[in-house]
Amino acid sequence: MSLSRREFLKSSAAASAAAAIGMNVPTELEASAATAESGWRWDKAACRFCGTGCGIMMATKNGKIVAVKGDPAAPVNRGLNCIKGYFNAKIMYGADRLTQPLLRMDDKGNFDKQGKFAPVTWERAFDEMELNIRKALKASGPEGVAVFASGQYTIMEGYAAQKMMKGGFRSNAIDPNARHCMASAVVGFYQTFGIDEPSGCYDDIELTDTVVSWGSNMAEMHPILWSRVTDRKLSDPDRVKVINMSTYRHRTSDLADIEIIFTPNTDLAMWNYIAREIVYNNPDAIDWDFLKKNIIFAASPVNMGYGMRRAGEKSVMPVREDGSAGKYTAKEMETYNHEMVHKVSANEAPALKAYGYKEGDDMVNKPAGLKHWEISFEEYKKFLEPYTLDYVAKISKGDPDEDINAFKKKLQTLADLYIEKGRKVVSFWTMGMNQHTRGTWVNTLSYNVHFMLNKQALPGSGAFSLTGQPSACGTAREVGTFCHRLPADMMVKNPHHREKVEKRWKIPAGTLNPVGNQHIMKIHRDIEDGLVKFAWVNVCNAYQDSANAKHWIKAAREMDNFIVTSDGYPGISAMVSDLVLPSAMIYEKWGAYGNAERRSQHWRQQVLPVGHAMSDTWQWMELSKRFTVKDVWGPYTLRNGKQLADVRKAAHDLGYTDDTTMYEILYANEEAKSYKIDMNSFPQKGYDNSDCSGDSRNVIGGDGKVVKGCGFMVHEYLWEEYASFGRGHGHDLAPFTVYHKVRGLKWPVVDGKETPWRFNVKYDPYAAAAVKKSGNGSDFAFYGTLAKALPYGNLMGVTNSEKKPLTNKAKIFARPYMDPPEVPDTNYDTWLCTGRVLEHWHSGTMTMRVPELFRAVPEALCYMNPKTAEEKGLKQGDLCWVESRRGRVKAHVETRGRNRPPRGLVFVPWFDEKVFINKVCLDATCPQSKQTDYKKCAVKIYKA
Amino acid sequence: MSKALSDRRKFILNMARGVGLATMSGFIWSAFIDEATAAKLTLRPPGALKEEDFLKTCIKCGLCVEACPYDTLSLAAPGDNKAIGTPFFIPRDIPCYMCTDIPCVPVCPTGALDESSVTTNEKLDINVADMGLAIVDEKSCVAFWGIQCDACYRACPLLDVAITIEYSKNERTGKHAFLKPVVHADACTGCGMCEHACITEDAAIKILPRDLVQGKAGSHYIKGWDKEDEKRLENAKEIKTVTEISKKTAVDSLNSNLLEDLY
Repeated sequence: MSLSRREFLKSSAAASAAAAIGMNVPTELEASAATAESGWRWDKAACRFCGTGCGIMMATKNGKIVAVKGDPAAPVNRGLNCIKGYFNAKIMYGADRLTQPLLRMDDKGNFDKQGKFAPVTWERAFDEMELNIRKALKASGPEGVAVFASGQYTIMEGYAAQKMMKGGFRSNAIDPNARHCMASAVVGFYQTFGIDEPSGCYDDIELTDTVVSWGSNMAEMHPILWSRVTDRKLSDPDRVKVINMSTYRHRTSDLADIEIIFTPNTDLAMWNYIAREIVYNNPDAIDWDFLKKNIIFAASPVNMGYGMRRAGEKSVMPVREDGSAGKYTAKEMETYNHEMVHKVSANEAPALKAYGYKEGDDMVNKPAGLKHWEISFEEYKKFLEPYTLDYVAKISKGDPDEDINAFKKKLQTLADLYIEKGRKVVSFWTMGMNQHTRGTWVNTLSYNVHFMLNKQALPGSGAFSLTGQPSACGTAREVGTFCHRLPADMMVKNPHHREKVEKRWKIPAGTLNPVGNQHIMKIHRDIEDGLVKFAWVNVCNAYQDSANAKHWIKAAREMDNFIVTSDGYPGISAMVSDLVLPSAMIYEKWGAYGNAERRSQHWRQQVLPVGHAMSDTWQWMELSKRFTVKDVWGPYTLRNGKQLADVRKAAHDLGYTDDTTMYEILYANEEAKSYKIDMNSFPQKGYDNSDCSGDSRNVIGGDGKVVKGCGFMVHEYLWEEYASFGRGHGHDLAPFTVYHKVRGLKWPVVDGKETPWRFNVKYDPYAAAAVKKSGNGSDFAFYGTLAKALPYGNLMGVTNSEKKPLTNKAKIFARPYMDPPEVPDTNYDTWLCTGRVLEHWHSGTMTMRVPELFRAVPEALCYMNPKTAEEKGLKQGDLCWVESRRGRVKAHVETRGRNRPPRGLVFVPWFDEKVFINKVCLDATCPQSKQTDYKKCAVKIYKA
Repeated sequence: MSKALSDRRKFILNMARGVGLATMSGFIWSAFIDEATAAKLTLRPPGALKEEDFLKTCIKCGLCVEACPYDTLSLAAPGDNKAIGTPFFIPRDIPCYMCTDIPCVPVCPTGALDESSVTTNEKLDINVADMGLAIVDEKSCVAFWGIQCDACYRACPLLDVAITIEYSKNERTGKHAFLKPVVHADACTGCGMCEHACITEDAAIKILPRDLVQGKAGSHYIKGWDKEDEKRLENAKEIKTVTEISKKTAVDSLNSNLLEDLY
């Protein structure tokens, strides 16, 4: 810095004068004022990457981020980071940042789906979006307008998108990539606790004696949490045990006392084995007092399919003689046909006997929804009977070269560790249990074991779902940017919930659409079926991250629709799109994320966005200005025949006219305007606010005029309005300004205090209040309210349909082992598992542009066992094809790398757009959670 | 390999061969001598003889360079500051990927790349290659700061053998651990995958020719706690020491006039 003293005085005087009259200070001047003493400015933020939620500090100099440091005050990471976090300062400055809107056009400048991308103004971009949304609404109604949303949205962004989609367009076709990552955990929480998100917090790591990682490579995917687990192990190496449960060896095994390599999907069987050990062989370990006060037993249908396309859907019609159907080949249909009828296998038969099935039976699948009912403990005990050590070891042993007795011994030790009196146990999991065609089931099975032993919701004990994305919890789940959700665990199908939201949003009763079934795979399928005509990709990479990708890309490129992607960089989704919008990236906007331990963390806009990029919140507000009451609130008939009422008249009663814009109703309303721009006070003082006040770039906005911003503190407004839904309902968040002073707070935040362990009377004021009210003297109250009245029955079905309330109770579910829909056979003889590597985040759009991370891991490899390689005539470093019934990719063979699969399984990470493994993956989902199973499909491997 | 790359490599190869022939002229020969001294830092292909013997044996034919499927190897050109025409690699640019069939070695017509040195039980074995040794600069290695990195560890073809992770408590945070990479000299082949992967601006882990890095403890002391260490006794020689004070015989020492200085 070489500011002369005179220049310094001049610039700091200008800054304070400007602040005094509330005008917007150009960033260059502002920066020089703030940095004159030190040369740079530090301010706190959250890491851009995973669900761990590390706190960081950003250094800004001359209006650019120049460095990052771990925030020593952040309780999660105390100043440390992993190597993705280490590069936060570099992620926004890739040479190919998108800086202006780009539209596919012909030579004359008209939109042309086959044209090349060329720059357009923001005004033109919104013209095209408006036109195509109107076309989609006309053709298909609200179900024809869709958004691929994100667990990487800031909380306010997600809330803004949700308002316009559900309140404005009356479309529930907004679903996040978090569907691919957390949906099974969510439905597991709903069904078990009646409310979403973990009971515990990261302090469990320091307090526990046992860490069991189920389908989670914490060492690479949650490195900072892993370093805490490592520290715990070092503190008491004899007492503390670490167990790694996985379908292949990975780095989490490094620290493990026991490594259990199991066959894909058999985690279901192993959880039931542990439960059986408790019930049959260690009944004294059951805490009956706890169970009687807090738990009931439950069952649900088993013939619910695999979340794939069902017969009769438009794109699988007509069925031809050769077995192909509609847009799907005969090979693809081999797997899809399991959706309708599944033949019970030898492996499944013992587990399904109690449900009336035997080996070779045809199981006719029917959509079962989330239906479940109460059963007796005796019925649950009967259900557990088949899960003997012999049966479970036989189907679970995942390494064909391991001795069965050695494997059995490990399973026995695992059960013993859970059961051991006085031993605290935390079970962590991530995608292994969530990306699973029985993902909801296996999530609920984890709680069974912890409940029976009374090792849940206690410091150092509990089943704990770790989150993949930085705000899968904070935004996708808590805000509810899912097709079926509303904020704070409310549901679109619940009329009381809709009413509450309609009132709060000041929109007419009956505006909200009660049908929320367009989950992320359904949106892709609806595009392929020609129903969805407009889709907007927000803060995700929907065309790289979805399984069976070829179908969705073909549909986007070749059918009559309009696809828009807002992004920082040109990824696969942008390439597939018709219009690309340049988005402000994380530190170029005000924002907040919520991590896996319910910790909400805010940051301020650190720098101006590059080029003409603007935030997604701004983009939503600009779009909302294009639609009025008369445009979107008329009558509609949904595809299932349900009517959405004409609410225009009701809108008039609320004081709106036909021409009132959605912007005026949903964003720039009177309440919103009460949140003032105040450049004199904390936290706004000294920080840019492009969305609210515009900025010195003078970007030309959606109306062809210089962006001056909305003129009020929209971030605080969105935060406070959103938070109002959860306050008093177990989701309490603190006021906006508080979060700018602290290093995040774990909700519910009651009387200024965060909640470390939910449902536990000692730590959770909601639990304490619930127990006081019920007077049952329990130490716990599982006070969630969803699905808290059940009929009664047995494993086969409901016998008494009268619903009995189960206030404050949680559930133990009987859910059997079942095979996934596609298992290796003679043609496709190898399991394919996909996932991440430490160095890269998701589809790599950011980390593949950081030179150091690119250099460290420049391409995705096909990890395989050396014996598998030998069998296939391959050697280390060879190129091989990985081919499924859906597609194939080429990758280099790695037989000695970080991942060591057993024979018969290969692992290929998905970050690399050049090794586009999602072309190969199957789009089967858990039928309850609709989460895709990226962890298993059948492939063949051969030399390229 | 792309065609353009391959053409470029051929060009460089031919040029280097040309230079190899030209070394007969006295002028360039002297240049070669200068560069040979710099060659101490040069990393050679797997199986290369000791540098002195290698330089005598290598005929700069470039066959090893042509055989490498990863373009790892180059022939030294003028200005590379290496013996002109000889094969070398720079791991930060392209490391040795440790092909299991080691295509660069059997093609060597002179034995400058010695097959027997990369052979175990009559089978080619890249894991016994000795191209150099990785060393970690603990000041710049971010794992020593507590950052969760270990990119070198995960890149190592002999993961958990040549590089392992050492765990220790991070007393500053009180709840995290250091996961530090440790190179094992007995297993490291010097392939440079670690140096290539290292995420610091200038690599914090680097490959150097082994004799430049590695010390050697004398065989007169054996670790009492390590049975394996006894092996070093096999090389033990008769001990005879000479220092400044003992270089004269006992008699000569006693008869020297040092006695006078004692009082």
